[in-house]
Amino acid sequence: MTLAVKAVGIRKSFGSHEVLKGLDLEVAYGEVLCILGPSGSGKSTFLRCINHLETPNGGYVWVDGAIMGYELSRGALEGLPVKRLRAQQSQLGMVFQHFNLFAHRTVLGNVIEGPMVVRGLSRAEAEARAMGLLEQVGMAAKASSYPSQLSGGQKQRVAIARALAMEPRVMLFDEPTSALDPELVGEVLEVMRNLARGGTTMIVVTHEIGFAREVADRVVVMIDGEIREMGVPTHVLSNPGDPRVRSFLSRVLA
Amino acid sequence: MHHSHSSSTSALSLADLPGPDVAIRPLHHPWRWISGGLVILLLAVIGRAFAVGQIQWTVVGEFLTAGVIITGFGWTLLISACALVLGVLLGFAFGIMRLSENPILRFAAWLYVWVFRGTPVLLQLLIWFNIALVFPRLYIPGLIDARMVDVVTPFVAAVLGLGVNEGSYLTEVVRGGISSVDKGQKEAAHTLGMTPGQTMRRIILPQTLRLILPVLGNSAIGMLKFSSLAATIAMGEMLNAAQRIYFINGAVIELLFVCAVWYLAGTTVLSIGQYYLERHFGRDGAAATRERRWFKGWARRPVAPGEA
Ligand SMILES: Nc1ncnc2c1ncn2[C@@H]1O[C@H](COP(=O)(O)OP(=O)(O)OP(=O)(O)O)[C@@H](O)[C@H]1O
Ligand SMILES: [Mg+2]
Repeated sequence: MTLAVKAVGIRKSFGSHEVLKGLDLEVAYGEVLCILGPSGSGKSTFLRCINHLETPNGGYVWVDGAIMGYELSRGALEGLPVKRLRAQQSQLGMVFQHFNLFAHRTVLGNVIEGPMVVRGLSRAEAEARAMGLLEQVGMAAKASSYPSQLSGGQKQRVAIARALAMEPRVMLFDEPTSALDPELVGEVLEVMRNLARGGTTMIVVTHEIGFAREVADRVVVMIDGEIREMGVPTHVLSNPGDPRVRSFLSRVLA
Repeated sequence: MHHSHSSSTSALSLADLPGPDVAIRPLHHPWRWISGGLVILLLAVIGRAFAVGQIQWTVVGEFLTAGVIITGFGWTLLISACALVLGVLLGFAFGIMRLSENPILRFAAWLYVWVFRGTPVLLQLLIWFNIALVFPRLYIPGLIDARMVDVVTPFVAAVLGLGVNEGSYLTEVVRGGISSVDKGQKEAAHTLGMTPGQTMRRIILPQTLRLILPVLGNSAIGMLKFSSLAATIAMGEMLNAAQRIYFINGAVIELLFVCAVWYLAGTTVLSIGQYYLERHFGRDGAAATRERRWFKGWARRPVAPGEA
């Protein structure tokens, strides 16, 4: 088992509000980890700290041999210049709840943006590979549409292709289906299921307990900025030890 | 209410309903004709008043294409174009600074807007024109060393005055445009590994530009007209040229009308250009510009982009 991500003692406060109270997490290559928990428990914040969209107030994240945003020098962590941080961030593909597609770019334009601008691929090469990814998420036919012309499920599949185009080591998903109409959830989960089957390392914040049970290798339950439960889905979901986890699960499983 | 209404119409029984070929007579709108007629009458009265008034229309026609006037109009166009370019550059520079994370940059941009939006543009023109009274020499080591009066000619003063003033308005417009591009797209760009500069250039500014294009159209039209203020600082643009002519020949109204014709021609061309420019940019799919009409451009402000 090779580690892909290791988060150590992550703390985050907004003002005087301590949202994350020192979280530790390890994710191995090829693993699918689902993060569950009630609204406001800090799941999104944790995910955003992992890829440094939010800078943690304490602790650090190690990804594939380097510490996000810092360099270890003489026993202390020295902040990295933005350019190097961005290079690290591109190793973590992020899929947002609200898609965040570039509104002025076509579907294809969205997917080739990162490879062309950040990795310096030629347009022809970036497009060829983007078409392959769009094929994979079932969106090749819409390559020249604009985001405003797509349904939510289609947007999210494009967003997944866009993140995959950077060939990230790990994919992060923040409630990728929560903004979708119920009948569109399935198509996005199907794409994610295929990714998991293909061996993609994934950290997924979700309210889809069914998906977690079926696809996750491990699940984590967060409550009030702490990890209360961690383990294989069958175990955590059926007989959690922590009483607050039990009451959370009984509510969402009801 | 509704119920009683429907029951009163149901007095028409099904058996009495006409066939599908029944003649249909749409409602007439007599008031449209009457009000339209009144307006035409009014316009005719005004037109006649000017036709028989103390205006020598032949003089208007004569000076419309006079060399001095055409040259003056050329200067008007040049001043407007240069000032608009300067204003746009300043607007983007300070608009981006306004949203900087650096509080000193933010403050500098705020100060710029405060000063130049808070004073009349005519006053600013006069100050630029007389700047040599404050700084007799312009001296930048290794670059330039000259008398200020030689540097700040009436043309330079006009471009600076109008451009810097316009920039203060556009700063606010650019700021609004940038902050209306939703923050999620910026975050998405960051997670792809794009630097702040790349994100600004490739993701934020193109969408900002589309949002502020209608405002830029208005700026261009406004600038063409405001350039006439430069007549007061001895800049030989069109109005100034017209004034110099009528001081000699006394045909005041005639020459002012000549100017009016040229300004109208200029603003009309700009309005048409604005229409096509917006239509062109609107085609790129951003929901914000989809149902634009040229006449809406006159009063338009940036609108929130469609959710993406
Ligand atoms: N940028 C911010 N500024 C201030 N407070 C924030 C910010 N982001 C999150 N919070 C607060 O941190 C807490 C955790 O938020 P977070 O979005 O991480 O929860 P979550 O578990 O993802 O919830 P949900 O299931 O509703 O998405 C909340 O109380 C929220 O109000
Ligand atoms: Mg969340």
